[in-house]
Amino acid sequence: MTLILSLLAGLALCGVLAFAARAALQAVVPPRHRTACREMPLTAAFGLAIILIYVFVALFAPVLAPFGEGEVVGDQFLPWAAPHPLGTDRLGRDMLTRLLYGARNTVGIAFATTALAFLVGSVLGIWAALVGGWLDQGLSRLVDALMAIPALIFSLLLLTIFGTSVVTLILVIAAVDATRVYRLARSVAQGIVVMDYIEAARLRGEGSWHLIRREILPNAMAPLVAEFGLRFCFVFLAISALSFLGLGIQPPTADWGSMVRDNATLITFGDITPLLPAGAIALLTVAVNFVVDWQLHRASGLRE
Amino acid sequence: MQKPLLTIRALRIEGRSGDRWHPIVNGIDLTLHRGEVLGLIGESGAGKSTLGLAAMGFARDGCRIAGGTIDFDGMDLIHAPEAQRRALRGRRIAYVAQSAAASFNPAHRLIDQYCEGPVTHGVLPRDQARADAVELYRRMRLPDPAAIGLRYPHQVSGGQLQRAMTAMAMACRPDLIIFDEPTTALDVTTQIEVLHAIRDIVRQFGTAAIYITHDLAVVAQMADRIKILRRGDEVEEASTRAMLAAPREAYTRSLWAVRSFARPEQPKPTGTPVLSVRNVTAGYGAVDVLKDISFDIHARRTLAVVGESGSGKSTTARVITGLLPPRRGEILMGGRVLPPGFRARSRDELRQCQMIYQMADTALNPKLRLRELIGRPAAMYLGLAGRALETRIRELLALIELDPDTYIDRLPSELSGGQKQRVGIARALAAEPRLIICDEVTSALDQIVQEGILKLLDRLQAELDLAYMFITHDLATVKAIADEVVVMQHGQVVERGPKSALFARPEQAYTELLLSSVPEMDPDWLTRRLAGRVPG
Repeated sequence: MTLILSLLAGLALCGVLAFAARAALQAVVPPRHRTACREMPLTAAFGLAIILIYVFVALFAPVLAPFGEGEVVGDQFLPWAAPHPLGTDRLGRDMLTRLLYGARNTVGIAFATTALAFLVGSVLGIWAALVGGWLDQGLSRLVDALMAIPALIFSLLLLTIFGTSVVTLILVIAAVDATRVYRLARSVAQGIVVMDYIEAARLRGEGSWHLIRREILPNAMAPLVAEFGLRFCFVFLAISALSFLGLGIQPPTADWGSMVRDNATLITFGDITPLLPAGAIALLTVAVNFVVDWQLHRASGLRE
Repeated sequence: MQKPLLTIRALRIEGRSGDRWHPIVNGIDLTLHRGEVLGLIGESGAGKSTLGLAAMGFARDGCRIAGGTIDFDGMDLIHAPEAQRRALRGRRIAYVAQSAAASFNPAHRLIDQYCEGPVTHGVLPRDQARADAVELYRRMRLPDPAAIGLRYPHQVSGGQLQRAMTAMAMACRPDLIIFDEPTTALDVTTQIEVLHAIRDIVRQFGTAAIYITHDLAVVAQMADRIKILRRGDEVEEASTRAMLAAPREAYTRSLWAVRSFARPEQPKPTGTPVLSVRNVTAGYGAVDVLKDISFDIHARRTLAVVGESGSGKSTTARVITGLLPPRRGEILMGGRVLPPGFRARSRDELRQCQMIYQMADTALNPKLRLRELIGRPAAMYLGLAGRALETRIRELLALIELDPDTYIDRLPSELSGGQKQRVGIARALAAEPRLIICDEVTSALDQIVQEGILKLLDRLQAELDLAYMFITHDLATVKAIADEVVVMQHGQVVERGPKSALFARPEQAYTELLLSSVPEMDPDWLTRRLAGRVPG
């Protein structure tokens, strides 16, 4: 009974959050985008609200967190009670603090990685489709060769060579993911470069950069945006997997992936604390995909 | 009086856009007797095809039949269970689509697709159906009827495919066939063969037919009665001869009058031509698509390049624009030789020759607003920016008769077909060119809209001293706007001369064939044309 009630209460809370977010957004945005906001589905509003909360938490983690990121503040595995509302972890660090800092590290790194992968992958992919010939052959075969190596092994190899820092982590995962984005962008762009408006732009004397940026990219956005949502979630997994193997985010930096693993033993005792970072990942994933779905719907021209 | 085969009463069909339903067909009555051919005419969006499909008890996805009755030989098609309707389709009501190439399954042989209907409906066993197919192919005058069925769709020509499709529709000897623009995508010389074959077979089997088209001259040859639709309403209905002789409604008369636009031929030019094509030979791979082509275009003059598909018209345009460098020969712009490839041409050389495309849908980037679509060439070539650019964009919009305040921030998807083509024209004008190549610019448009575009082009030519190269397969357009005509066949110029002389006294047999294949409004034209033909 309580379970059902709390579920209902949670759903209601989500609904209220979504409504409030939509209303707030309508008030804030410039008039040109106001209609788009009014017609925004509740799911998208909810997703946006969650993402904004995450961003806020990530930015202000040091202010919000009651303790320091790597500070040992008490016994290990303390229960949920003041002054540790979510208890402590395996080493006696405050769980809430680690969760807040984790938003900064995990989300920040995942976002930077995905954005980089998309920037590199889509520009190269579209360029290859646009120019064709030897450039396309060269790039595509190189990408094929890279994709032939299992992603995890390949990243492990690169991280071992270049060492484990946050910057190399971002670059390595972005490089691996960019190959996937390249393939998608290239195949989408191949359908676009044969259109008459590209021919018209070429005959006008436009350069490659203008063709990619203004003529092709806007028309390739829909599938790329959809892929972005999916890829973002996979990057989380990749970071967690690498952290698990000891080559990802290095302790004592807080990371949701390794937090799940470190505290996994608690589940055997019926304590749900290790599920909190997992839940945080899941919630963000859902939120990102809600927003992506909405953008996709808009980009596919399904508006009258 | 015999009971009609098909009776449609007060039929209403609605289509969905977003959450709302809007009417496509509002309350149309239609009666069709056995063996009768009814022509449905209207512009795009008139509801012709929707009505045609409704006669099969079918509504497209996103459409619904909202009211009225459809009675096919005593059966209520709206309320009949789907299984019953399905048993009817293909067997007693058949459908011939506009694009046979898109409607055939490319992975199966023609004859196997033919047999599908009779075998599924249990009309004929497979071996008899195959024999029957050969017989029908023979009656449709397809070459080598015994073997043509063994080919795949891509191995036969468009006209043959359209005839094979008609034969397939006939497979179960249906009571009713719906032809949805069966010859619209074909060349005139092919069209005449298909029309002939369709008319014969419909008469031989006494099949009733609904013939949907936007071409009045075609329907005049085919139909016993004509019904004119506009925006889902019936305008008028009468027997073909009565309708052609004395249309009652103003809208009908406007449809009739569309083809009357013709401008006087411009005086014979002097001086350096804007464009000279000299002995150009070009092609893809090892094949020469163009063989030794030469012609000139002068300022304020329009040169029409006519020919059937595959004659090399569009390739000529590609050579001139520099997309396809010629193997031999040269292109001169204002007396100066142009580099063969467009990449080697200077910005100013690119500016002087602009192009307007057939399909405005694919020629305008769907994600850019009119401001950028039209503004980009002006900014690039003329270096306009800021307020000067804004003023220029507004001038251009006014020039193509679109209100700047309403349209400047619209996307192409928020325009009608004719408006999109106008934007294509504005984009070409923004470069302030000397020559505009118009590649079939009106063939995707309704006749009334076509007339508007042609008049606009004509006005702009006089105002801006433009030279046009008009690529078309539509001789009515040539009659309307050309000063000089180049007739092409198999990549060669067959005949060349001023419009008046060419139309009055064609010198080459091919030109004559092309001219005489254009359907006329006279309902006896096809009969006469076929009677006067040399056998063989």
